[in-house]
Amino acid sequence: MMAFSSLRSVSVDLNHDASLLIDIPDALCERDKVKFTVHTKTTLSSFQKPDFSVPRQHEDFIWLHDTLVETEDYAGLIIPPAPPKPDFDSPREKMHKLGEGEATMTKEEYTKMKQELEAEYLAVFKKTVQVHEIFLQRLSSHPVLSKDRNFQIFLEYDQDLSVRRKNAKEMFGGFFKNMVKSADEVLISGVKEVDDFFEQEKTFLLDYYSKIKDSTAKAEKMTRAHKNIADDYIHISATLNSLAADDMTANKNLNIILSLQKVEGRVASDQDLKLTELLRYYMRDIQAAKDLLYRRARALADYENSNKALDKARLKSKDIPQAEEHQRQCLQKFDKLSESGKKELTSFKGRRVVAFRKNFIEMAELEIKHAKNSVTLLQGCIELLKSN
Amino acid sequence: MSLCTELVLDITYHQVKAPLFLVAQDLTLFCICVNVQSQPASLAAEDISTNSNGPKQDSLFDDDPEDLFAEATEEVSLDSPERDVLLSDGPSPAITPITPPTSVITPRIVSCVFIEEEEGGDSFDIHISVSDPEKVGEYMTSMSLFKRSEFAVKRRFSDFLGLHSKLASKYLHIGYIVPPAPEKSIVGMTKVKVGKEDQSSNEFVEKRRSALERYLMRTVKHPILLKDPDVLQFLESSELPRAVSTQALSSAGLLRMVNKAADAVNKMTIKMNESDAWFEEKQQHFENLDVQLRKLHTSVESLVCHRKELSVNTAQFAKSAAMLGNSEDHTALSRALSQLAEVEEKIDQLHQDQANADFYLFSELLGDYVRLLTAVKGVFDHRMKTWQKWQDSQMLLQKKREAEAKLQFTNKPDKLQQAKDEIKELEGKVQQGERDFEQISKTIRKEVSRFEKERVKDFKTIIIKYLESLVQTQQQLIKYWEAFLPEAKAIS
Repeated sequence: MMAFSSLRSVSVDLNHDASLLIDIPDALCERDKVKFTVHTKTTLSSFQKPDFSVPRQHEDFIWLHDTLVETEDYAGLIIPPAPPKPDFDSPREKMHKLGEGEATMTKEEYTKMKQELEAEYLAVFKKTVQVHEIFLQRLSSHPVLSKDRNFQIFLEYDQDLSVRRKNAKEMFGGFFKNMVKSADEVLISGVKEVDDFFEQEKTFLLDYYSKIKDSTAKAEKMTRAHKNIADDYIHISATLNSLAADDMTANKNLNIILSLQKVEGRVASDQDLKLTELLRYYMRDIQAAKDLLYRRARALADYENSNKALDKARLKSKDIPQAEEHQRQCLQKFDKLSESGKKELTSFKGRRVVAFRKNFIEMAELEIKHAKNSVTLLQGCIELLKSN
Repeated sequence: MSLCTELVLDITYHQVKAPLFLVAQDLTLFCICVNVQSQPASLAAEDISTNSNGPKQDSLFDDDPEDLFAEATEEVSLDSPERDVLLSDGPSPAITPITPPTSVITPRIVSCVFIEEEEGGDSFDIHISVSDPEKVGEYMTSMSLFKRSEFAVKRRFSDFLGLHSKLASKYLHIGYIVPPAPEKSIVGMTKVKVGKEDQSSNEFVEKRRSALERYLMRTVKHPILLKDPDVLQFLESSELPRAVSTQALSSAGLLRMVNKAADAVNKMTIKMNESDAWFEEKQQHFENLDVQLRKLHTSVESLVCHRKELSVNTAQFAKSAAMLGNSEDHTALSRALSQLAEVEEKIDQLHQDQANADFYLFSELLGDYVRLLTAVKGVFDHRMKTWQKWQDSQMLLQKKREAEAKLQFTNKPDKLQQAKDEIKELEGKVQQGERDFEQISKTIRKEVSRFEKERVKDFKTIIIKYLESLVQTQQQLIKYWEAFLPEAKAIS
């Protein structure tokens, strides 16, 4: 599991509380479906056993996320973003293209390309395992969410969850999320803000979200270009191999090009993990924060509406106590949201800064390491060529 | 003690505003700077043609009564207005034919190219400087080839093509591998002529200038070609008659294309009885090499393309990161993001420079050799044609002999005499044909050996340069990231 630790740094302070430890020790990939083994170790009495595992699919994670989002009590919390669906399209497409182009390559070239693709496949697989794991760990380390009943069911229930999932959809109609997404931008910006803190946060988050979304896309393109270069090196080294029989120079170059290819490939994947994944994760996290703001804005709108209703009731001298009660409830809800929202957003900022720092440091260190590696390789080769 | 002279070539490019009505002509002039320097023998170890201490190589100058070089020597010593011995300093070089091969000196060409601005017309300047060897003594020096030590000439692109055309017509059919000239590009040239001052036309000019330099370098590196009067005139004389038949769409150009096609067809119909396995082997070898080099060229072109893409993507990311940094409200993180943006911007420039190195060093080298191999294959084809000509003469002689035998029994003394005369003539032709065939075979052997040595040396030199460029890029990367690291650590 050592290779996985690099992605954990996108969200720090997880899985430290020994009372509830969660991890995904392995997963199975069958065609499109990934089956995760969710393993829990706990000292809490609320669980039936201290150590147990259950198989879960991606859809189960989404179900858990959605039920949390739709729970009124958690309206004032940043719900950790749902893990994205495992996406094997890119390596699968490349594998298909490789199969088609097999006739034009030498056997070695084909083998090397296939190895590269298998590594890519594995990298996607590892990433998806980690992102699902982090989701659960965010929940387990949250003081409120870790106690959620559905969360416990998710961890413990040793039968297939799909029955429950269907019921949940029926209960909530499933349309709530879709409705929310389209309206939130308008609502957030439209509502008159009473609190400076939230005013600032609103401005900041809206702007930051669009910027980080752009950066994520651009970082992805950079990573892909690096991968293309690594692939080119494979083709070049294969051709040099064929030339090697004729030419001594080519033979030596073959090795250096192969090594360069490995380094370039590693640069690409490290950049992907440290930079692109980081940006991608926080883009989703900021969306979650925006959702919180939306819910609070909704609560504010409800409160304002209840005020209007109360005024109307007073005018008509009808149903005043209900209106007063309704207004009181709205205010209470709004205040509760604001209070917990403030806490959540503040800790979110701290978390974000720490994660960025850690990843930037690691990225810079890796870039330096790879570049130094390359220099050694290249200089060695140059020496060899010159001495002949 | 032997000396070798070194010819240093500089090609620069003159950019000039020309009136549009002159678009039809080739206005580009190139400046060639040639510098002939001397070098002590110890540094000549690698030079295949001047190594007096080295192992006996299958070079052009093997002990051979029919030394080709000796012929060239005589050619040079002929008196002509341009061959006046007019060196600025140093002893007047005596062109003494000496026993080859040990002390033959051939100028070695090293080139560097730069571009200049000048009024009056697009031109490439050829600056030629010839410096004295320290000691001449009884050794022949190629210094005598040049009457001045440093001079400059202006040449148009079509002049280069004209030079190649002349050399090809003189030397290809007798087996010499004449380096092909850079290709014409109608699209690219039109842009430059119209005066478009943009990135792509600048790149085009640079590409062309660099190609011309490499072409000229390869030509003058060839010991036979360097001594050719056309080459010397090209390098030296201030005015050159315009090469007329080099325009791509001219009638001469079309005629050339037709002839090439005809040659291709003819080649397919010649069935040669190859008595020498060496030729078959070599031909196969060059076929394979051609395939591999083309493939490699394609891969490297793809590498150049992707690296340019990476550069563009990095620049875009840098801008995006800068915007993100502006948006970030945590001060230290905001600063770190801006720093990251700056680093990525610098890295983008690095990628661009590396892509240029990929191209000019690696890709263009491969392109040159793909074209050179065409010339090599052409030379083998000429050998086949020479053989065919010899065989044809032989067959014709056979027929004439049969006819003469028949005539013996008729009473036509005139016709008989005529037949005998024709036979004598044909016998001469057959002998000449056999000599030509043997000559071209020998020349090709030498040329191929020289070519292969040059190729290995060329590739090695360029690959080393290329790897050094990669080293530089990586070292710069280290610097940039090491500068960024404290910034990242400063986030709190």
